[in-house]
Amino acid sequence: MEGMINVKVTDREGQVHELEAPTDMNMNMMEVCKSYELPVEGTCGGMALCASCHMYILSDHTLDPPSEDEEDMLDQAFFVEDNSRLGCQIKITEDLEGLEVQLAQVE
Amino acid sequence: MIETNILIIGAGPVGLFTVFEAGLLKLKCHLIDSLPEPGGQLKEIYPKKPIYDIPGYPSILAGELVDNLMEQIKPFNPTFTLGERAESIEKQEDGSFLVTSNKGTVIKANVIAIAAGLGCFEPRKPPLSNITDFEDKGIEYIIKDPSIYKDKKVVIAGGGDSALDWTIILADIAKEVTLVHRRESFRGALDSVEKVVELDKQGKVKLITNAQVVGLEGADQLERVLIKHKELGDISKEVDHFIPLFGLSPKLGPIANWGLNVTKNAIEVDTLDYSTNIPGIYAIGDINTYEGKLKLILCGFHEGTLMVQSAFKYIYPDKKLSFKYTTVTGIDGLQ
Repeated sequence: MEGMINVKVTDREGQVHELEAPTDMNMNMMEVCKSYELPVEGTCGGMALCASCHMYILSDHTLDPPSEDEEDMLDQAFFVEDNSRLGCQIKITEDLEGLEVQLAQVE
Repeated sequence: MIETNILIIGAGPVGLFTVFEAGLLKLKCHLIDSLPEPGGQLKEIYPKKPIYDIPGYPSILAGELVDNLMEQIKPFNPTFTLGERAESIEKQEDGSFLVTSNKGTVIKANVIAIAAGLGCFEPRKPPLSNITDFEDKGIEYIIKDPSIYKDKKVVIAGGGDSALDWTIILADIAKEVTLVHRRESFRGALDSVEKVVELDKQGKVKLITNAQVVGLEGADQLERVLIKHKELGDISKEVDHFIPLFGLSPKLGPIANWGLNVTKNAIEVDTLDYSTNIPGIYAIGDINTYEGKLKLILCGFHEGTLMVQSAFKYIYPDKKLSFKYTTVTGIDGLQ
């Protein structure tokens, strides 16, 4: 469908959720997960000021590199890997068709 | 014992503004908050962020909004218990409540308004499966008494100011201090970073960057931490103490056990007056939930305003309540 991309989210139990995400709503991956009621807190509301939407990028999409703010916040996350990102900093665009992510463990 | 009309749990923007609306009805408020200063998330998480949806303010910094609210409620002389968490609640025969904090402070109130946002801020705990086995047996999330680390082997994890500051302080106290951080740069203050790097060069602390603590081992007490290093692989390190310092995150906490109807970490309320299932206890702001709920400061202000009307009737069932505009009556402060 136009204005929609398909993304896959693996939850903390390993279950894969196939979601549709609109490209014209200025949404990010944290918000997409929340709108499908997946267990992503998004405590700070998407300002890269908490680390509650920590996720791993599984597909080989090229994303904009994390900002210094995002790196700083990833310091408060656990099990941070090279493919770690904050979901709130991943803007939904057409380029992300087929994006696959996995939610990181939380406390 | 502290006595008040309304005990507001949570001194965020919604709790603060509720003092104003309660004050217009001559109701006294006391606020309790687990953080050391009023303001909640706005002060703790994003004081320098502009907010654009406060009516009448095209833009206002979160920290400024809190300062303004504090100014606005000044005439009503609210009192505060800060740095303490509301722990338990007991309903009295006369319909009032006794709330006890984690530090033993007792507050008697006619009405309780829970304005706790996302809950109380607590240290973030690494999701290591056996971490609770070692709490107070080698793992501390908060350093209360640095002297317990005397002549001990300590591993600190984190990259912020508290991790850096404690590394510097404990360097003089502990037998051995290791700071583990996931990357080479730190978000903490530059002079602290330089100090830690210098201490590392002098051999007074051991700095392990590009690494994370991924495992804990020990029989009864913590004995070893497993550190995963990006290039060097797994390192097993003998320790007496492990101090993870990863900032704070909000938790619903003890309120969850107060007999309130809770769904998905939020308290169910009646939108008529934001009352909960327990008469005399209200929930306002981000902590509550109802159909169509939006977690906005703006909505919390509205909820607090309606709530105090109902609280007045709960406290004074026989008194008539007349609605007045501040433009007509001005502000009549409280002692």
